Amino acid sequence: MTLGTLIGACGWEAVQVPDLNAEATGAYTSDLLSDVMAHGPEGAVLITVQNHTNTVAVCTLVGAPAILVVHGREIPDDMREAAAREGIALLRTKDDQFNASLKMGRALAAGKQG
Amino acid sequence: MNAPGSQPPVVPDDRPELGETGNDPLVLLELIQRLKVRDVMTPDLVTLPRAASMQQAQELMRQKKISGVPVEENGRFFGLVSIDDIIRALVAGTIHESCGRHMTTKLVVLEDDMPLSFALRYFDRYHYGRFPVLNRDRRLVGIICQRDINRALLVELTRELQRLESASVQRGGEGAAGSLYLLREFPICKYDFENAGKAANQIKQVLQEKQFASKVIRRIAVAAYELEINLCVHSDGGVLSWQVSSGRAEVIARDAGPGIEDVEWACRDGTSTANEWIRSLGFGAGMGLVNVRRVSDEFEITSKKGSGTTVKAVIYIEGGAA
Repeated sequence: MTLGTLIGACGWEAVQVPDLNAEATGAYTSDLLSDVMAHGPEGAVLITVQNHTNTVAVCTLVGAPAILVVHGREIPDDMREAAAREGIALLRTKDDQFNASLKMGRALAAGKQG
Repeated sequence: MNAPGSQPPVVPDDRPELGETGNDPLVLLELIQRLKVRDVMTPDLVTLPRAASMQQAQELMRQKKISGVPVEENGRFFGLVSIDDIIRALVAGTIHESCGRHMTTKLVVLEDDMPLSFALRYFDRYHYGRFPVLNRDRRLVGIICQRDINRALLVELTRELQRLESASVQRGGEGAAGSLYLLREFPICKYDFENAGKAANQIKQVLQEKQFASKVIRRIAVAAYELEINLCVHSDGGVLSWQVSSGRAEVIARDAGPGIEDVEWACRDGTSTANEWIRSLGFGAGMGLVNVRRVSDEFEITSKKGSGTTVKAVIYIEGGAA
């Protein structure tokens, strides 16, 4: 599913999205970056509270196309710059991790059915 | 004023630890720890006996363009005549009296086998222009001033640079023959999270350019990133190096302290000494070394409490680029 479709279906804020047509194959929800490195699948959107540059670095390593920051947390400038450099989209929601994951799961399921 | 030789020189005993300043370049940190005071001090001393007059001391300082004269007899150190002492003697009209009477005797001295880092700390702390240097037998063997340190560091840094350049050229040559493509080193400072990840990112880019399999790239990059973070979180600063040969990638993290007391415990899943702040950043959950071991074909860790740690991760690259 494209990031553009996901953003529309889930009502997320597109903080910065370099490519709305980039594909997201799934999601991985974790606030522990070592866990993301160990288990995060390539192509998955990372759903997390971690709003700093190291999150971008980890997503670059595992091949995540986007980071969804939960609880409406601020996204610092250096994180925006790092994400822009790496071509990773930054999204935001006021939802918590569970509800954000739930919405994304439903959107992906609807996408498969549709 | 103290009687000559009555006040024993003060030898400080709280030696500083490497990397305490946090922001110094690593090569410098290693140098100031490796070099001893005796490697840097001026051993050819101009000295006077206690009976010499303060005026003789003044004249000697003028002739030799020095700012202090040690007072010594047969290797036994009694004190130091500084410019301050000369000025005081001129003002008090005692310039014709003996050095033994008007020299400074309450002195901080250094020992010749102390690391240079120690001397630097004391220049910073005491704001003296120079320190007399004694050997283990308490004999005066030299004097050290900041100019000596600058000169020694410049010489050593130049040598280090030449060594690195020649190593790089040599290794680059091997690469041309197909046995080694690349070798890079990244210094990592304590708590410098901003730069952690640069080595991992570079490895990833280089291997992508060379069209290695993405699964292999990810394993190598994960090892590099975890080790970078480990250096950042747990060490006093260190170096992450990586090299890629035709059959294997090696990622090595080495630091100069503080060392791990129980290596087996540190490699266990979920064990960590990280504080809350580190944990709040998403690290320090005790998965780092576990992750490195998981992605590696060979994994080695050597450490000793009080000294450094070296972690080596090797990932086989089955026949090179995909």
